[in-house]
Amino acid sequence: MTLALPEPAALAAAVGGRDRLALARALNLLDDRRPVARQCAAAFLDALPAEKLDTGGHLIGITGPPGAGKSSLTAALIQVWRRRGLKVAILAVDPSSPITGGALLGDRLRMHASGADREVFIRSLACRGEFGGLSAEVWPMSLAMLAAFDVVLVETVGVGQKEIDVSKMTDTTCFVAQPASGDSIQFLKAGIMEIPHVIVVNKEDIGMAARKTLSELKNTLRRQMDPEGWQVPALSVSAALGSGIEPLADALDSHRNWLLARGQFNARRQRCQAEWLVKHLREEFGRYGIGLLGGEDALFIRLAEAPRRSPIAEYEALRARVIREIKAKG
Amino acid sequence: MTTQVKRDKPWLMRTYSGHSSAKASNELYRTNLGKGQTGLSVAFDLPTQTGYDADHPLARGEVGKVGVPICNIGDMEALFDQIPLGQMNTSMTINATAAWLLALYVATAERQGASPAQLQGTTQNDILKEYLSRGTYIFPPAPSVRLTTDIIAYTVKNIPKWNPTNICSYHLQEAGATPTQELAYALSTAIAVLDAIRDSGQIGADGFEQVVGRISFFVNAGIRFVEETCKMRAFGEMWDKLAQERYGAQSEEMRRFRYGVQVNSLGLTEAQPENNVQRIVLEMLGVSLSKKARARAIQLPAWNEALGLPRPWDQQWALRMQQVLVLETDLLEYGDIFDGSPVIAAKVKALVDGATAEMARVQEQGGMVQAIEAGYVKRQLVTSHTERMRAIERGDLKIVGLNCFRETEESPLTGGKDSGIMKVDPRAEREQIERLNAFRAKRNNAEVKAALATLAETARSGANIMPASILCAHAGVTTGEWSQTLRDIFGEYRAPTGIDIAANDDARGARAVAIRTEVIKTGEEVGRPLRLLVGKPGLDGHSNGAEQIAVKGRDVGFEIVYEGIRLTPEQIAKAALEEGVHLIGLSVLSGSHVEMVEDVFNQLDKVGLRGLPVVIGGIIPESDAKLLKEKGIAAVYTPKDIDLNGIMVDILNLIRKANDLQPVATA
Repeated sequence: MTLALPEPAALAAAVGGRDRLALARALNLLDDRRPVARQCAAAFLDALPAEKLDTGGHLIGITGPPGAGKSSLTAALIQVWRRRGLKVAILAVDPSSPITGGALLGDRLRMHASGADREVFIRSLACRGEFGGLSAEVWPMSLAMLAAFDVVLVETVGVGQKEIDVSKMTDTTCFVAQPASGDSIQFLKAGIMEIPHVIVVNKEDIGMAARKTLSELKNTLRRQMDPEGWQVPALSVSAALGSGIEPLADALDSHRNWLLARGQFNARRQRCQAEWLVKHLREEFGRYGIGLLGGEDALFIRLAEAPRRSPIAEYEALRARVIREIKAKG
Repeated sequence: MTTQVKRDKPWLMRTYSGHSSAKASNELYRTNLGKGQTGLSVAFDLPTQTGYDADHPLARGEVGKVGVPICNIGDMEALFDQIPLGQMNTSMTINATAAWLLALYVATAERQGASPAQLQGTTQNDILKEYLSRGTYIFPPAPSVRLTTDIIAYTVKNIPKWNPTNICSYHLQEAGATPTQELAYALSTAIAVLDAIRDSGQIGADGFEQVVGRISFFVNAGIRFVEETCKMRAFGEMWDKLAQERYGAQSEEMRRFRYGVQVNSLGLTEAQPENNVQRIVLEMLGVSLSKKARARAIQLPAWNEALGLPRPWDQQWALRMQQVLVLETDLLEYGDIFDGSPVIAAKVKALVDGATAEMARVQEQGGMVQAIEAGYVKRQLVTSHTERMRAIERGDLKIVGLNCFRETEESPLTGGKDSGIMKVDPRAEREQIERLNAFRAKRNNAEVKAALATLAETARSGANIMPASILCAHAGVTTGEWSQTLRDIFGEYRAPTGIDIAANDDARGARAVAIRTEVIKTGEEVGRPLRLLVGKPGLDGHSNGAEQIAVKGRDVGFEIVYEGIRLTPEQIAKAALEEGVHLIGLSVLSGSHVEMVEDVFNQLDKVGLRGLPVVIGGIIPESDAKLLKEKGIAAVYTPKDIDLNGIMVDILNLIRKANDLQPVATA
């Protein structure tokens, strides 16, 4: 292991060829903050097979409060997808310690009991106190994974209304509700939580509490609708018993097919990237910086409609513009 | 004047032992009995404890290491050859596979001509503590508790003199529990077990008092022997009350707190190991001084346990300590010497009050099983142990020879040809596999298949597992087959690691901050935050070391990937690759470190990570440390390395070296 950087095109080709070591190196590269590494990463993303990034695979977000059983649900979904012959990559985002910056990342085996399957790839990420529950690396890493795997699942812990920030950077978002906790329902009702594409109540094995939560969610959803017109299903599952997992996998798949049938799939990926770019800029320069580029809304629309480029190249270009503007004003 | 009372009967004296093979262990047992030992305490190897045959890939390197390998009734018969089970009192440290080993014991006794009703002894059979410490669990909590209750129900009816379960506070102390926590969690476990057996309907209300009377405990005794004496008196009081109030036990005899002891190993040191002798003797006082709270059976560790496996001479020394106390001193001639002491009474009350409050917290969560599944109990233990380690590191908790008075003459005890420890014959594993194959070749396969089918049916139906298991034992079923049949039905489990505790004050201390600054700086130099994989390969479940390194690593700013115990080398290599770690730290305490390291390096080669720095911690003799370094291990840590901050600086510099950066000096 040295600090030498890989050759971007060769690395991209190897990732496209599903080389696991290459994917691991690519993820390391996308995590690398040195300026020279950023250039290399931009070139790497540019060299990835475009069709896979535009319309290939299925990028799914799974989120919910701590203790809702996301990891065990992920484990159950992995089994279903593997039975269907799909290759699965996971990005697991864990919080890092606010005091030390260090992090404990330990859910791999809970998500993937057998642990030896080469067609399952898990990378954990510490959210490092930024991006509200997400990590800035999630979007570029998701793209690298989409180049090599059929399903890419991003797992995040969410609390309160930040719960589903991930929904803006995935094709399909699944929210796991905690039985007997009304918080998420209140957030949904108040319209302060982004509406997910699929809602599940885990732990149906515990009985009454889970059934009650499910029926409340169904009632709430009747009055709400995804802005794009997708009817959000609410499902009951038990990761512990393995029940309801096949229908959940089907529901996630239906949303992908729905997007594809309406010709919205690629557009959604475009919007995910635009979202990431805007968020990343806001993180670095605040509203003032984005204002120099014409404001958040205008910038978002422009980015969502422009032809897609590598997110890092695009970001660096936007960043350079902001800095130029700041200097011009100074 | 003291009132003269009848001299108290001496307790059972045992030595926890077993190694290499059934034949070698049998020889050791017969020698120990000849030396005046009055009972047997069988140590099983890790494959036997976790339900694998000697030829299973996960058993590699572990066969015969920390105990005797028992794959089938042939091994069990060899283990007790010329030892009449009808007269022996045998304690078996066995949990997840307790029903199976008890079945083999019963079947062996039957073949010797003894009836089950004659048998005396103990199966540890406390699965809940395995989720918290030691780690030899297999199945999820619900089916595990069911197996526990099956053994209790079966023995109460058929082996009335048997102690079917030894609720253990021993391992909780080894995992860092305070006396209060020991009391609270052991008694909460007893509640979980007794409630489960009551709810199972296997024992009627009229027979329940018998069940309460058969519950015994396995306790630890640390060096603070006055407090330990009080803890034992507190146990007695609380158990009496619980048995009466919660379970309606009327007879005083049925409410008596019966317990065996192994004294503390956590406090034994690798540095100046001869000091462990006085530690062990003092610890023995904590469970013997107070007649009211005196142990029924005592086993003492050997003075050199922190160095490696004890030799027969070391075990003899441990036995002689007990004999001197029992035979030469006047301890057994008096009634309880603490009755009426206000100091003792006040301390006992404080312990009872603390434990009662903690038990209430457990009950609020639904009971011990739920509190374990939620990770609560493990987090409490990791927190206590972290505090203890930090106190040793700071020097607030004095340990002679380790963090004070470290200067020493050269020890004549460890200077011998064998460096003062026993080496398991490396041929033991191969020979066990050969015996296993020969056994399989001779048995009636149709009979085996039928017995396993009965076992599976029993497991599914919920009927008592013991009769089907005894049938399997006679038919020639192996440990691996019995366990796999149940694995297929019950599934397997991974317990919470408990390391997700809040950072304590030391994380804000000057030293930690200084190291953290360097960790972050190095992260910037190599481009991304530094990541460590803490891995426990093999079947060994002693996770204190791995947990402490993980927590400390987090506190000095590393991103830590830790997945708990019992990983295969393949899983470790896979995780190292997928997680993009900068260094791997392995932890092995079963003595199988050489095989594990070889396997991990092979797997790292396979995934293309040759050259990734790997360090290891464990009970590793110096000669092995040298060997491991030759194989490519970057650093070896043993129990005498208590400066965790120093280890973190080491690790940081190993990562720097691997990335062609100059080392940093952090005082």
